[in-house]
Amino acid sequence: MAATFPSSTAPKTGSMRAMRRNEAFWGILLALPAILGFILWQFGPMVASLFIGFTDWRLIGSPSWIGLENFERIFNDRLFYQSLKVTTVYSLLSVPLGLLAAFFIALLLNQKVRGLPVFRTIFYIPSIVPAVASSILWIWLFNPDFGLLNAMLRTIGLPKLQWIYGTDTVIPSLVLMSLWGIGGTMLIFLAGLQGVPNHLYEAVDIDGGNAFHKLIYVTIPMMTPTIFFNLILSVIGTLQTFTQGYIMTNGGPNNASLFYALFIYRKAFQQTQMGYASALALILFVIILILSFFLLRSSSSWVYYQGDR
Amino acid sequence: MDITQTKPTIQEASGYGSQTVQRRIGRIITYLLLAAGSFLMLIPLIWLLRSSVMGLRQIFIFPPQWIPDPLQISNYPDAFNTVPFLRYFRNTMTILIPVVLGTTITASLSAYSFSRLRWPGRDTVFAVLLSTLMLPYTVTLIPTFLLWANLRMVNTYVPLILPAWFGGGIFYIFLLRQFFRSIPTELDEAALMDGANPLQILWHIIAPLSRPALITVAIFSGLGVWNDFLGPLIYLNSSDNYTLALGLSEFTGMYRSEWHLLMAASAMVVTPVLILFFVAQNYFVEGITLTGIKG
Repeated sequence: MAATFPSSTAPKTGSMRAMRRNEAFWGILLALPAILGFILWQFGPMVASLFIGFTDWRLIGSPSWIGLENFERIFNDRLFYQSLKVTTVYSLLSVPLGLLAAFFIALLLNQKVRGLPVFRTIFYIPSIVPAVASSILWIWLFNPDFGLLNAMLRTIGLPKLQWIYGTDTVIPSLVLMSLWGIGGTMLIFLAGLQGVPNHLYEAVDIDGGNAFHKLIYVTIPMMTPTIFFNLILSVIGTLQTFTQGYIMTNGGPNNASLFYALFIYRKAFQQTQMGYASALALILFVIILILSFFLLRSSSSWVYYQGDR
Repeated sequence: MDITQTKPTIQEASGYGSQTVQRRIGRIITYLLLAAGSFLMLIPLIWLLRSSVMGLRQIFIFPPQWIPDPLQISNYPDAFNTVPFLRYFRNTMTILIPVVLGTTITASLSAYSFSRLRWPGRDTVFAVLLSTLMLPYTVTLIPTFLLWANLRMVNTYVPLILPAWFGGGIFYIFLLRQFFRSIPTELDEAALMDGANPLQILWHIIAPLSRPALITVAIFSGLGVWNDFLGPLIYLNSSDNYTLALGLSEFTGMYRSEWHLLMAASAMVVTPVLILFFVAQNYFVEGITLTGIKG
């Protein structure tokens, strides 16, 4: 298996070719775990879910093919529309607000501030708190009677809110909580900002522009690839929100926080309707594909890629 | 090392009176906003800490008090004894250690292949693997579960460990590939001429030069296991096998209103993460920066 090139001889054309072949052998061998992993845990399951979505499979026993029946039932399921609505509203609020807040903080941190490592740490840390722990912490913060948030409202003279216990307030509350975890996005923005070449800002200075011009004509255009990257990842992430709904609200009150992923989980693992749940997952997959397609297509008109990269 | 070093600008030279004042006001506003933001970010954690050392009676006072009186440190041992934390910790580690090893090793192998070795179809394969970043986990969740259920592996750690030994996820391969590409090729070409095989090159040349990136991968994958909730929730169903995250959520269900214990328990799960962050801060920043920039 070992390469057999005597170190004394200079490689001739023949051994060059042998080396190439050897290199290809090693290349495929070393990439094999990843390729197998892709087949076993990504591609295989994806294809399988195409099949399972068209069956009735109650876990015990074998699946039986029922064609489009799962989809017919789904489209008549009130909870399907409810979970779709919950997830859409949550994403529409949480993605733009999160990106804006993260971008804004990154801009502030990029102003050559002193103590930057300290600030960076403070803004980043909440995002690595385990989701279970942050969920428990936020239930307590949201507590209508003894929680911190109502105490803060009281200090500024506002009435108490029901937060995660009210049908109208539960999604905004969870959006608020999601803003606490924007640290990762913020760090990616900050890294992007630090890569914007300085001479572009100097050019604005020479032309007599101010800080606002720099933001509009240099920073934002140069940051569009990073914004796009974060946008795609946030959309896919928020569409699959699960832990908060499972631990904090259990989908309630009155299904007002029945996230789509939670709905799938319930169907699959609490009611063991594997076929139905797979069909639900397929619908989400199609939605994500369509969204990504449109985002990618739109990107050519607003994302600016420098040079040939 | 500190990527945030300030860059000198030409502006300084043209600092006339009014502009300097304006800039100073701008800086003050920047700091005020940052301070306000930091306050908002920190206050939930302070609330966590405060509640974790408070008595039950004081916790249920509105408006809330901030200074625990008396300081009830005993919440920690109480929580520790109510939940089999030690067992959950051991269970978590039983998953975490092999996952971190598997991810770091197999992701390095693949990343080395994708960045250094030429073979037909390499870049296409990499692009296909990379596209799985956009594949929703909900799609693969159910078939994967059914596979493990058929193999009678549910309620074992195998479904939570084994996938890590197959590249550990494209995210880590991508991260390492970015890093490996920044290492000059002269060294490994010379080693190749001397008859070293790719494994030897990876082990003796690339790996030592990539320590920061490898540590970053180890940290992120370890953190992923520590924080993972859905995986253990689906695959582990006897409480003897629970991980910390899953055990903590069960604990919440049982002690819904004992906030002093819940906060102490949560703090115990959060603290190791925070310690890890402070010990290895630069690896976190570097890892995220590596994935972000050239996305």
